[in-house]
Amino acid sequence: MPPFEQLLEWSVKIAVGFIILMTMVAYLSLIERRLLAFIQMRYGPNRVGPFGLFQPIADGLKFIFKEDLIPLDADKFLYVMAPALSLVPALMTFTLIPVGGEVTLPLLDRPIALHITSINVGILAVLAMTGMGVHGIVLAGYASNNKYSLLGGLRSSAQLVSYELAMSLSIIGVLIQAGSLDLVTIVERQGGGWGLGWHVFWFQPLGFFVFLVSMIAETNRAPFDLPEAESELVAGFHTEYSSMKFAMFFIAEYANMVTAAAMATTLFLGGWQGPGVTRWPWLGPVYFLLKVAFFLFLYVWLRASSPRLRYDQLMDFGWKFLLPLALVNVVLSATLALWF
Amino acid sequence: MVPTVFFLLQQTATDTPARGPIMGYIPIALLFAISLAIPVGALTVGRFFRRTVMTQEKMMPYECGVDPVGDARDRISVRYYIIAMLFLIFDVETIFLFPWAVVFDQLALFGLIEALIFIAILVVGYYYAWRKGALDWA
Repeated sequence: MPPFEQLLEWSVKIAVGFIILMTMVAYLSLIERRLLAFIQMRYGPNRVGPFGLFQPIADGLKFIFKEDLIPLDADKFLYVMAPALSLVPALMTFTLIPVGGEVTLPLLDRPIALHITSINVGILAVLAMTGMGVHGIVLAGYASNNKYSLLGGLRSSAQLVSYELAMSLSIIGVLIQAGSLDLVTIVERQGGGWGLGWHVFWFQPLGFFVFLVSMIAETNRAPFDLPEAESELVAGFHTEYSSMKFAMFFIAEYANMVTAAAMATTLFLGGWQGPGVTRWPWLGPVYFLLKVAFFLFLYVWLRASSPRLRYDQLMDFGWKFLLPLALVNVVLSATLALWF
Repeated sequence: MVPTVFFLLQQTATDTPARGPIMGYIPIALLFAISLAIPVGALTVGRFFRRTVMTQEKMMPYECGVDPVGDARDRISVRYYIIAMLFLIFDVETIFLFPWAVVFDQLALFGLIEALIFIAILVVGYYYAWRKGALDWA
């Protein structure tokens, strides 16, 4: 393939992926508020545009016009750096996630693969990028020189680190089944058998459970939203942040939610696999989005219906329950893989 | 930078097109540049539109309306350090297990026994940490 064409293909894919991700982030914030409202028998935001559909635009404009405060004793450099540090890795992760197989476009004489890139250490790269996000939160807590922020930052550092262990251990079962770190290969291996090839059914239900719980904890969502705990820490690590800096934390959190949902789909729910994808490749992205939407709904549902954990309970759950469970899963899936 | 990228792209033209090992990283680098531009853009755009009035009170750290007492950057509970150390140990363990899991097909029974010994050693350490109360919070 000529270099220019290759570069063009990547640029187009990145642009499309980026626009889709940003739209999903914007509308996820609206859908979350609407769904929460419906669960609590309220209306939610429904004034701006039909069904409140323009609410994210109004929110964005408001963020731009808000005053941008830097507290007096803050560490200015880190204070400005922290939101960027949590936003950049959150936006980068989606490059590696395959949203479909190979499709043919009109006017093009070759098939186009529906993933931006595929590297042979895909999972490690995703884990590395999501791991980077911790720094933004910890530094935000430290830089603001606010007691609530510092507590939020500290709590989140310990929480993210603890649940990251369980998360990466739960992936090992998938790797044993798939025999590859490449996300594209992992999805391809899960095809066939009317969905029975998905790792959640194919000997990884335990791994799926551990991954699901630690993924919710990793994205700081209820019932694990200790770092921001509105009622005790005011807003945790972003108490002192306003305007676009706050918006960046907000976007990072929602982008992380989408990425985590996409990762759970890719690793355990067969990615874009589904009935009929081999005949109609364009069904792939549809299945993928449906599965991601399921996880995103789960996030909101959990937030609406579960109380926040106490901090010692959170650490106990991570270290004394999830971590041993993930280790058991590693041994179990290795033993099972030997037999089947 | 650009000539290097084009050299690598030239390589793909002759080599494996879609999954060349180094080529896959170029889109990630591209996206990194774009992602960097977003925070920079977001922080500069607002500057032209908003009115900023700074007062002493507004710039104080928020402490529920009361004047802040002392400095926030105080001593940190030792629990956090213990968690950090335990994390290091177990994270390195996980990293060792990743390549093992990928080639598990070829290792078969030998690999399973090896891994069981490896995990057993770690479980002993984990049990020790648990009994010593390193995992207890409070």
